[in-house]
Formats: sequence, C-alpha cells, structure tokens
Amino acid sequence: MPTLLTAFPDFRQLSDRRGRPWRTSDRPSTPAPGSAHVGQGNGVVRLKVNGDVYEVGVPEHYTLLETLRYGIGLTGSKQGCDKGDCGACTVLADGHPILSCITPVWEAEAFEVRTVEGLADGTRPHPVQDEFDLNGAAQCGFCTPGILCSAVALLDRNQSPTRDEIREALSGNLCRCTGYTKIYDAVEAAAGRLREGAP
Amino acid sequence: MAVIRDMIPAFELFQPTTLQDALALLAEYGDEGWALAGGLDSFDWFKDRVKRPTAVVDLAGIESLRGVRPWGDGIEIGAMTTLTDVIENEDVQSRYGLLREAASHVATPQIRNAGTLGGNLCQDTRCWYYRSGWPCYRAGGNTCYASAREAMNREHCVMGARRCVAVNPSDVAPALIALDAQMVIAGRRGERVVDAEDFFIGPAIDITRMTVLKPGEVLTSVRIPPDYAGATFYFEKVRDRQSWDFALAAVATAMVTSGGNIQRARVAVNGVAPYPVRLENVERVVAGRPVSEETAEAGGAVATDGAKPLRHNDYKVALLENLVRRSLRGTEA
Repeated sequence: MPTLLTAFPDFRQLSDRRGRPWRTSDRPSTPAPGSAHVGQGNGVVRLKVNGDVYEVGVPEHYTLLETLRYGIGLTGSKQGCDKGDCGACTVLADGHPILSCITPVWEAEAFEVRTVEGLADGTRPHPVQDEFDLNGAAQCGFCTPGILCSAVALLDRNQSPTRDEIREALSGNLCRCTGYTKIYDAVEAAAGRLREGAP
Repeated sequence: MAVIRDMIPAFELFQPTTLQDALALLAEYGDEGWALAGGLDSFDWFKDRVKRPTAVVDLAGIESLRGVRPWGDGIEIGAMTTLTDVIENEDVQSRYGLLREAASHVATPQIRNAGTLGGNLCQDTRCWYYRSGWPCYRAGGNTCYASAREAMNREHCVMGARRCVAVNPSDVAPALIALDAQMVIAGRRGERVVDAEDFFIGPAIDITRMTVLKPGEVLTSVRIPPDYAGATFYFEKVRDRQSWDFALAAVATAMVTSGGNIQRARVAVNGVAPYPVRLENVERVVAGRPVSEETAEAGGAVATDGAKPLRHNDYKVALLENLVRRSLRGTEA
C-alpha cells in the first residue's frame, strides 16, 4: 500500500492531539506552509484516504473538505454551499456518507475516508460510475462526486434497493440539472450489474 | 486572494476524551467557548461568521457520551449517539418507534450519520433574521425583525411568543416529550436531571437560550422510561420538501389504549412555538375516551387554544389542528 507523506516535521509532535487539552502557548505559532488561511495553532493531521496515508499540515479549524482539496489536492469532492446544505462534499467515513465541509479534519483521524477518487478499481470505473456515463446521469457534473459516494454507500449495504430506497439514500444530494430521473436509472442499473457479480 | 465569506474564522480546537476535561475547558473559556457535537448547527454559525468562538470543544472523542444502554426497564441514550445509530438501535425500533420515526425525519442521510441526538435537541432556532446576524432580541438587541409589519414570517411561531417569534426546529424533541423522557445535564457542580418538557425554555424565561443548559453545561444523555414503551405512536412532520427541510409543524403522540379506550396519552408538537409544546389540554380531553373520529375531533379542536398567528403563518393553526387530529385516530402515519 503506497504511503504518501506531505509532512512538516516541525509539527509532527502535534499529530496525536486526541485527549490532550492543548493551550495556545504550548504550540508553535508558525503557520502551515502554503496555507492561505492561518489559524492560531497548526498541526499535522494524519488521514487515511482511499487506502493511502497522508500527513498534512493544517490550521486547526480546517474542515475535512478543505484538507482534502487544499492540503492533499484531491479536488474531486466539491465545495458547494460549504455549510452542509448541498451534499456536493459528501465523502464516506468508514463507508457511511458524511458531509466533509462540516467535519473538523481532526475528527477524521478516527476513521477511513473514501472520496470519489477512491471508487474506481485502478483504471476500471466503479459500476455506478460506468452507469452514470451510460445513462447520461451527469450534466454539469458538480453534484456527481457526492452522489456517487452516496450511491456506493447504498449499494455496499443493499444491492437490491427499491426506487424509494435509492431516492432516500440520495436525498441529501442536490442536483440542479438532471431532475434526478437518470441518476436513479443509473443507480438501478449499477445495482443490477453488482447483483450479477460485476466487480 | 478573494475573500470568501463562507470561511470559518480561526478557532482553537480541543478534543477531550473525558467529560471532566470537556467541562473544565468550557468553564475556562466561558463565553468564548463552544461545545461541538455533530457540527451542522455549529458550522453553519461559524461559516456565516455570526458566531466566533475562540475555543471549540469537540465532544466527539468522549466515548461515555455514545451508545444506547438499558436504564431500569427503559433505555438511556448518550447525547453524542448519532441519529443513524438511534434509528438502527433494536430497542428503539421495537419499543420506542416514535423516537425512531422522529429521528429518521431529520435532514438527510449524511447529516443523520454525523448529527447527534444531543445536537438535535440543543440546536439553535433557524429564524433567518437571527441566523443572518441581525441584532434582534435573541441576539441581545432591542427589536424583533420577524414580527415587523413587512417581515417574512411564514415559518415563525403561532404560540408562546414573547418578543421573539422564532420556533424550535428539533424533530426528536416532541417525540421525547411524548415519551416522557428525562434529560441528564452535567456541569462543573455535578449532575442534574430535568424532564424533557422542562428542558426547553421560551423567550419569557430567557430570550437568548433555547434550553435550560447554562453556559458550561453539557447534555450528557436522555433517559426514556418504560411507561410508553410499545404504545400507539404517531409522528408526522410537515415541511416544504420531503428531505432536508425543517418542520413547518410536527406532531408526536403516544397513546396507551385498552379495550378501544385511550387510557392516557401524551401529545407534543414542534415548529409552532419557540419551544416544543406539550398539549396538555388535548391530553386531558382525550383521556378515557374511545379511540374514534369524535375523540380525534375533540382533541384537534383544543390543540390551538390561544394561538396568535403572525401575518404570513395563519396556515399553521389549521395545520396544527389537523395534525393533532390525525395523530389521535390510533393509526400510523
């Protein structure tokens, strides 16, 4: 398993923050290199994303989404409303869809993150991704990464979802282009392929 | 670089693993501190830059605040238990279906996966004048923008107003009141327990708070007694969209029936007042009566006694009467 390190060694001693009531005065006040938005304190957060381990220097008020996009460079998860209203930032935490824009990045040390970049198997798209293509389920595509994550989470626990179950599972993702019908078609088709044993 | 309005002002993040550490931190920072649960309500405030705490105390690392455990013949649910975990819990499903229904009507799957029972109960009101940072009574100012003549107040309250006309947005609150639950609160001076219906306060008591929680106090768990376990339940939430949205009005009813008669009932509604309202007059009217359309009519008729709608929300009076009537027919939603 490849390990990617983007660490700043000066901050490494801060990486295990859980359980420690840190004080500002205990901390170095140097901003994280390359950070556009600098908080009072900074540290190195250790994340497991799509099977890789990353250590990223971030301000401590950063969200998981900001760290994924601006710290690691995984820009698949989208910053839409950025306050928990649109679902474009949906990622999987231990397989459960959550909104990364309202998740403090330090909480993410406790689970494995899977983003849209981690859905495909190597160069072969996930059946849901494939069916989105075949069914024309993406138009502008901004909501698509979040919807793919919600759909994969649904199909991981239920390979024979009813139309209503699909609607419920995707009810936290807004799409302003498609009217959703083709998205539901794509998820149904992908469920069919998974039932037939598609990888 | 462009200024992005939805960027959080910097704060210090603390992740205590014990309740004592969390309480000590909240006491130390006082008004500058903020207790964080699932984050939906909190990050909404931060990203709008309306609330700017110096220190955020993240309760997610405190294991003792999670999980559903037996409490006598009832159950106790940790305040940091996610709504998804509440919904999927077997005890909740088999005995307290009312809570399951209410929790499954909260927002969206993503938000239920992160959002907690305690966070849903302690969330602030969604009045947009207030949420936008206007200096209203609730924000420490000297006016209410939502009850002004030209105000848009379709979502505001029809009862319980005192200067402030905002409503409590929680879906699980009326369900817990109908189940006669108790809230366990921890503070620096120890623990106290209050009834669910007394946990929420209106503007007549303190216009700046939604609950009895004082600064530095934390809701640690909810205890549900066995009194209404397996009773006849009804939950209905009316909203503009079938997902995501907050309630225009919601009703939660628990009835214990025997031989076709209502022995006792508890009825609570939300979205119509600054606090979830227990409708004791409805409970008194229907107690001892047969489960019938006539009883439902009689209950619905007194549900909105004393209601005072604003300019754009008189529909809530009829809506509330109908919801209460439906909840008393003895059928599921």
